[in-house]
Amino acid sequence: MAMIPMEHGLMLAGILFSLGMVGLLVRRNLIFMLLSIEIMLNAAGMAFVVAGSRWIQPDGQIMFMFILATAAAEVAVGLALVLQLYDKFKTLDVDAASKMRG
Amino acid sequence: MTVVFYIAAAVAIISTLMVITRKNAVHALLYMIVSLFGAAIIFYSIGAPFVAALEIIVYAGAIMVLFVFVVMMLNLGKRAEAQERQWLTPKMWIGPAVLAVILGAEFVYILSTGHVTPSVSTAVEPKEVGLALYTTYLLGVELAGMLLLAGLVGAYHLGKKLR
Repeated sequence: MAMIPMEHGLMLAGILFSLGMVGLLVRRNLIFMLLSIEIMLNAAGMAFVVAGSRWIQPDGQIMFMFILATAAAEVAVGLALVLQLYDKFKTLDVDAASKMRG
Repeated sequence: MTVVFYIAAAVAIISTLMVITRKNAVHALLYMIVSLFGAAIIFYSIGAPFVAALEIIVYAGAIMVLFVFVVMMLNLGKRAEAQERQWLTPKMWIGPAVLAVILGAEFVYILSTGHVTPSVSTAVEPKEVGLALYTTYLLGVELAGMLLLAGLVGAYHLGKKLR
């Protein structure tokens, strides 16, 4: 029997996820958008861990590890793209890259 | 352990709120690291010590350092020195420092209570996680490995064209 109710853990994960989503929608700076995506991935993983600890099963923690691997791969490619974009446009504003050619 | 959870949750929410409202990327990164530490204490308090360690080692230790590297790379140039001075003003580091001290106090409290594994009956030990990871989820581990390889190759390829 968990001491902390599962609802509170899920609520916390929901709040963190919403904060990340608000950040993603509001900010136009690429670094901040990537950070917001990290917040959201972390919150999603937290929901898995909370659910896993509610039934005292390891599956939630394993899902968190997979999310961790996804986040690491995503951030490596994302930051490489940020460097490319900065090299090309000399700004981190995503709106600068809103026009696609080719 | 309940109080520890709620304080860490408050710290995590406050620092995440600060992350998405900061103007300077380095300030936001400092708050983000504090937020991840908060999440680690939360994981520990709900009985997932292994994931708490991973959160600090992989998220705060590796992913955030990558962010810091890129931010520092983008700020090279004549403004860099002035910016450096501006970053180190007390007003800027006092917020993350206070939140980190709260988390540090919780950490000391957890250690002083003596149970190194959290609330014995509810904890999922690293051993169980490892066993399930390399039996039930073996295919998932291999897929995650392929994904990381793809990320590595992709990042190398995208970074190479820069010069």
